[in-house]
Amino acid sequence: MDVVFYLSGAVAIVSTLMVITRSNAVHALLYLIVSLFAVALIFFALGAPFAAALEVIIYAGAIMVLFIFVIMMLNLGIQTQTQEREWLNPKAWIGPAILSAALVCELIYALTLHKGAVFAAVEVTPKAVGIALFGPYLLGVELASLLLLAGLVGTYHLGRRDERSAAREGDAP
Amino acid sequence: MASVPMEHGLLLAGILFGLGFLGVLVRRNIVFMLMCVEIMLNAAALAFVAAGSRWAQPDGQVMFIFILTVAAAEVAVGLALVLQFYRGFRTVDMDAADRMRG
Amino acid sequence: MIDLLWLIPALPFAGFLVLILAGSRLPRIVVAVLGAGSVGFSAVVACLIGIEFISSPLVKTSFTRTVWTWMSFEGFSPSTSFCLDSLSLLMVLVVTVVGFLIHLYSVEFMADDDAYHRYFAYMNLFVTAMLVLVLADNLMLLYLGWEGVGLCSYLLIGFWYKDPVNARAAMKAFVMTRIGDTGMIVGLFLLYNSLGTLEIHELMVRAVRDWPVGSVMATVAAALLLCGALGKSAQLPLQTWLPDAMAGPTPVSALIHAATMVTAGVYLIARTHELFALAPAVQAAVAVIGVATLLVAGFSALAQQDLKRVLAYSTISQIGYMFLALGVGAWSAAMFHFAIHAFFKSLLFLGAGAIIMSTHHEQNMFRLGGLRTQLPVTFWTFLAGAASLAALPLITSGFYSKDAILWYAWSSEKGSVWLWLGGVAGALLTSIYTFRMVFLIFFGEARTKVYKRPGTAMLVPLIVLAVLSMVAGFIELPHTLGDVRLFSGYLGAVLPPVPIPPGQASLEGILGIVAAAVSVVGICLAYLLFLKVPQIADRAASTLAGRALHRLWLEGCGFDWLYQRLLVFPFVTIARINRSDFIDFFYQLAAFLAEGLHQGLSATQTGRTRHYAVGIGVGALIIIGMAVWL
Repeated sequence: MDVVFYLSGAVAIVSTLMVITRSNAVHALLYLIVSLFAVALIFFALGAPFAAALEVIIYAGAIMVLFIFVIMMLNLGIQTQTQEREWLNPKAWIGPAILSAALVCELIYALTLHKGAVFAAVEVTPKAVGIALFGPYLLGVELASLLLLAGLVGTYHLGRRDERSAAREGDAP
Repeated sequence: MASVPMEHGLLLAGILFGLGFLGVLVRRNIVFMLMCVEIMLNAAALAFVAAGSRWAQPDGQVMFIFILTVAAAEVAVGLALVLQFYRGFRTVDMDAADRMRG
Repeated sequence: MIDLLWLIPALPFAGFLVLILAGSRLPRIVVAVLGAGSVGFSAVVACLIGIEFISSPLVKTSFTRTVWTWMSFEGFSPSTSFCLDSLSLLMVLVVTVVGFLIHLYSVEFMADDDAYHRYFAYMNLFVTAMLVLVLADNLMLLYLGWEGVGLCSYLLIGFWYKDPVNARAAMKAFVMTRIGDTGMIVGLFLLYNSLGTLEIHELMVRAVRDWPVGSVMATVAAALLLCGALGKSAQLPLQTWLPDAMAGPTPVSALIHAATMVTAGVYLIARTHELFALAPAVQAAVAVIGVATLLVAGFSALAQQDLKRVLAYSTISQIGYMFLALGVGAWSAAMFHFAIHAFFKSLLFLGAGAIIMSTHHEQNMFRLGGLRTQLPVTFWTFLAGAASLAALPLITSGFYSKDAILWYAWSSEKGSVWLWLGGVAGALLTSIYTFRMVFLIFFGEARTKVYKRPGTAMLVPLIVLAVLSMVAGFIELPHTLGDVRLFSGYLGAVLPPVPIPPGQASLEGILGIVAAAVSVVGICLAYLLFLKVPQIADRAASTLAGRALHRLWLEGCGFDWLYQRLLVFPFVTIARINRSDFIDFFYQLAAFLAEGLHQGLSATQTGRTRHYAVGIGVGALIIIGMAVWL
């Protein structure tokens, strides 16, 4: 199982790197799905099969489909890709890379201060998760449902094409 | 199995988070920024699951479910905003929306 | 009925509340009915109460009704209570009746104004405040009304506030009267501190008990009250605001700056006459100020070209007569002249308003002329008012009221020949400038066109006031002419009669004839100078001295210039020097720092999301760093 963990960790890092460097949105999305699959595998290796299943179904499935829809609706042409390449010149990477590296280094330093703990070799079953979710975390579930409702209403409101923007779109060449 | 130290799981989460953050900073395309935010959320979720797994408790996975919920709502609203943004500005360049400049 | 005394001020106040809150949404006809109707109804109530009061034994005393206690602390508890005695009833009747007539007139006069409801709201508030002033049974409540009328005067002078000239005139009036009011409030403090009450009747009783005649306290208190009266009644040296106050609508000038508010000072002195009697020096000052004012204002009126300014100076001058009467102890003569003056001066102002409206805002008398045939009703009523102002003998009310004042100025033990001479000279001036005005406006050749004739709502008040200013004088006739003493008998319960030294009484007839002759001579002079042979006046005015005098009189004898040099200029200079002092540097430094920081911080607000994300990242870096290493 160690092998699975490290291998999928490597895959996750590499594919995430690919996501942030692609100029084509669909390619990036596919790499993102690979990365999510890798993370799902890690969950499985860590003894969380339920989380792994959800990661595949919801993250790599539902959410990514939403992204695909939007990319299709935007229907960005080939000139967007050249535009992307122009934006991704090496100079643009320097500052953010330094900042992110500093952040990661700091995290690594902080996380390696206390060594010695290892993962428990026990699988946490979906049953246990369900009991916890609908037991002590019930209020959280209610709040999550409210959040989803708010997201639904907000999305409906935002996604509506109102008269003014429709008119503006009509004017645009 | 027992030989994987817990820090490695958290480190992986940290690295993924850092990459996602890097992406947010570098990319100007609003769709890519949203993807990178997803990566960051996912990294945070990984950290929770790893921590839950360390103690063999379900709480980590419960938190993962909550984060999933947040991510789903965020993506739905975010993508709707992307569409509106594109309608308003005829571009996906996030830097075009700088009307709040002080 | 008399229990409903509170209704008299409450009705116009209700009108004010409705108009100010909902007036802009009401149709004009409703605004007019509410505005004029509330005052009219109040006048009806006042008349009914007046009839009941006069026919009851109460007339010898007074009737007080406490509505509620205004405030109460540390033994100081002025109440909101209204006191009706013969003096305040006279004031109430004049205020409500003349006020109603002027409201009625305004309905037509202001018909084209956009701020119709605002006008009536202010007018109603004014009537309320004036009624509170005259009905108040303690000086605290009187002061409330006093400031209330000042506020309304300010609001109405600046009614057309879009013209900065009007706004300046309003501010000038407010500040000038404020100077007097400051003296008055200090006087109230002094009275309360030394006598322990502000209730007027009780105050007078205690003042007479505690203070001997001529004592320092009585003199100071009376002088301070006199300050307030001088400011409000536009007497020397605080008179300069009144001519400028003509910037307001003409009915406002008629109501506030002629008939009622400016006579509040006269009322105050009459109301506290016991106190003034205790301070002979102050009372003598009242008489001297009165004479000086009536002469200064009379000369100024002679040179004015603006119709309304003539009337304004004439008002100052007539109030000077009232002060003269108060100064010689002829309290009821002063109130008599007040009532008659209210009639004929508001009539003259309303007539002037009719002329101004008919000729599209022409106020320069030299550009008017020959209006006699075109505006007959206005002419005849204006003539009645002018005759009354000029004290045309026998037939006008003004003659009787002014004759009484002149007689007492000579014969009272506080009077003197000099006061009488001043008064007679003033009477001559009055009839000259009055008929100069009449001849210039109504006679001679027509120099302007009449665009519009006044309608019924304007003519009815003119006619009613014209009748009043002719016949109202017959309720008080001198000893030599019928000896009718209705008015002073009626006021006798409040205002004591004038003590006349023996041996003087025989003079009354002669003095009356002199006063009558002076008035007639003045009219003839005006006829000669301004209608028959205007060359004489022109030649006199074109000499060097004539030009200088004309300029001096046109400027109201230079008081504005004097105050500008003496008070305003040094003050402004000091303020200018003081503006850039050392201490300010620190405040400027603070402002400079704030501005610099503001610019630095606002530069960080680039509006770009990614830059904000960098901010979050740096923040996370710092916080995690602090958590790890600290």
